[in-house]
Amino acid sequence: MADQKASTAIEAVESGLAAQGYIASRQIATAVYLAQQIEKPILVEGPAGVGKTELAKAIAAWRGKKMIRLQCYEGLDEAKALYEWKYAKQLLYTQILKDKLGEVLGGAQTLHAALGQLHDFGDVFFSKEFVEPRPLLQALEQPGGCVLLIDEIDKSDAEFESLLLEILSDFQVTIPELGTVSAITPPTVILTSNSERDLGDALKRRCLHLHIGFPEQRLEERIVESRVPGISQTLRRQMVGFIHEIRSLDLKKLPSVSETIDWARVLVLLQATELDTEIVKDTLNVLLKYEADIEAASPQVTTFIAKAARSNVFG
Amino acid sequence: MRENLHRFFRAARGAGVHVSPAESIDAMRAVKQVGFSDRAILRDALLLTLAKSQDEKLALGDCFDLFFSQPEPRQDQPEASSEEASQDQDQSPSSDTASETGDGQSPTELGPLAQMLLSQDRNAIAAAIASASGAASLSDIRYSTQRGIFSSRILDAMGLQRLRDDLDGLTATNPSLAERLRAALDALRETVRDTVSQGLALYAREEAENLRNEILRNAPLARIERRQVAEMRALIRQIARRLRERYSKPRKRQRRGHLDVRRTLRRNAAWGGVPFLTAWKRKHRDRPRIVALCDVSGSVAQVSDFFLLLIHSLHEVVDDVRSFAFSSHLIEVSEILEKNSPEEAMAEIMSKVGFGSSDYGSSLVDFENEFMSALTPQTTVIVLGDARSNNLDPRADILRRISERSKRLVWLNPEGRLAWGFGDSEMPRYATFCSVVRQCATAQQLERAISDIVATYQ
Repeated sequence: MADQKASTAIEAVESGLAAQGYIASRQIATAVYLAQQIEKPILVEGPAGVGKTELAKAIAAWRGKKMIRLQCYEGLDEAKALYEWKYAKQLLYTQILKDKLGEVLGGAQTLHAALGQLHDFGDVFFSKEFVEPRPLLQALEQPGGCVLLIDEIDKSDAEFESLLLEILSDFQVTIPELGTVSAITPPTVILTSNSERDLGDALKRRCLHLHIGFPEQRLEERIVESRVPGISQTLRRQMVGFIHEIRSLDLKKLPSVSETIDWARVLVLLQATELDTEIVKDTLNVLLKYEADIEAASPQVTTFIAKAARSNVFG
Repeated sequence: MRENLHRFFRAARGAGVHVSPAESIDAMRAVKQVGFSDRAILRDALLLTLAKSQDEKLALGDCFDLFFSQPEPRQDQPEASSEEASQDQDQSPSSDTASETGDGQSPTELGPLAQMLLSQDRNAIAAAIASASGAASLSDIRYSTQRGIFSSRILDAMGLQRLRDDLDGLTATNPSLAERLRAALDALRETVRDTVSQGLALYAREEAENLRNEILRNAPLARIERRQVAEMRALIRQIARRLRERYSKPRKRQRRGHLDVRRTLRRNAAWGGVPFLTAWKRKHRDRPRIVALCDVSGSVAQVSDFFLLLIHSLHEVVDDVRSFAFSSHLIEVSEILEKNSPEEAMAEIMSKVGFGSSDYGSSLVDFENEFMSALTPQTTVIVLGDARSNNLDPRADILRRISERSKRLVWLNPEGRLAWGFGDSEMPRYATFCSVVRQCATAQQLERAISDIVATYQ
């Protein structure tokens, strides 16, 4: 039955991403599966460092496709995201072809006739030859399809969002002088956002909306396992448990998955086998990025280690 | 099954998730891919396609759990025939249900519902309730007062009439069986009542919320009870957001005007005047400049909260706003409003100048002495207040000078027109110098007034 197929297909996505070192929750896998099946972009929201960008990389690696990345920023516009005319090349060609143009026009007796002949050549300079494709157009023109990552869309202006709408809903783009360019193979589109500003309804409506939060303890342990192979099981459990305790504090910037991985690497480098107060205090700056946060967390370190160790026994 | 999804969309709307037709099509396409058998995957798929924010996801998740804890309408029937099917049951009681469970221990002359109740087949009963609620279109329920009528509609659709006849017959012939049946009927009534309550929780939330908002919108600001204040604030914030959405976008879009021929030619001189790079004239437009004077004295204490909230939202919509608050004297509060959350800002302002007895005259003097330079011919001045000056000199002459220096002077008064000019109200005197005078006592009037003010700058 179709239902059976769907759940196995979703598991296949999970294991496919896992093979690339990306441990996805079922929700993420479902989103990836659906995005492919009903050809819709995925809008990924969530705090920084939980693996939004990584997801796009993992999908590209898993499917063996090229990843095209468009980093958004304030002031990003059509010319930088979509296409631009190669003005210099156009100019150069007009100079070189000047004589040729003279020949062509020379045959004309009147100004009117010359104009008519010029019209026949008029569109030469606004043809594909002179278009410089930028990431979005490149993604559409990729013959085997690709993964298009539009990173941090919330950093761009509202106008840019509207520019994206045509691409996101129909996988095509209209260049006034050339007409409509449609995707040969629709790309898998991932948009990421840190919710710095509210995105427009029109954009949201064209996407599947995926929220990636901090992972559950088990999932995070698996992520650490796949990313930092050398780490012992006890240490892994303790450190993930410790981080979950830290996240319950009211901090300026909570440590997210990327910090967990960094910390795990550091601990492995220091050849730690267990968490103890000293090593945690020494390496706390890997986890917490603000002086105030470190100060707030420091007094709690011993309690948190104890808690993490205890949950280790029961869990 | 499609029917079922549609009912879920209605329930989702009820839970505050905006499900447009296009979104429901997406959701249906997604569901077609994942199927119904795995609830967890179905839940994920619906959350992915319908919810557009984390809040919506939470609401929709709860809604999903509530919805699918209900028994589904019978699935073995062909689509959209649940209504006919239940009518079938009414008209020909000895149809399929009867032949399934009948013949056995229960007397065959009983109706299908009685037989079902006596056989105590829970699944069959649950399915029958579900299909009867479909027939009674339970998803149309809107208000809690409709609970009774929907309960009886469902019971009727299940064949209550026939059951009553059976009961009458049985009381004479088989009293003990009649007793059992009566008990079973009571239990059934209870279950149906629960189903209806659940339906109400699922489908009626949206209407109830709309109704409540509508009432709030038209309620006089001064007469709002304490517990409604939070809701009112949410409503005003909603209004502010809508204003911002409506008025901030076009301002950017229409910036580009005609081709600037001179600048284009100069720019392209290097290429023999072939216009590769174009230059455009910027459309000239008035930047909205607003100066707001807000009365926070005791007589308008009830509404000054909302006035301040409104000015706070103006600061979000319009770039160039300067705000002043006064009761017996006047201070500038722009900075307080811009740096703090509405609640903090309001508390701070009220502690500085609030609750005094109002003196419009001296407040206007304060304004003229210190801030007259804030006014330009582009400025719209908004005064929020009741113009009750405790019989002190109103200094209408200063208001005249303010009016002369600015583009427009708008006075929003929380009192009704009837009260103007009576007692210590100086409104008629002030009104002669105002471009617009409006009563502004409900959220709706407030919205219209502000919308007008911002619109003149578009």
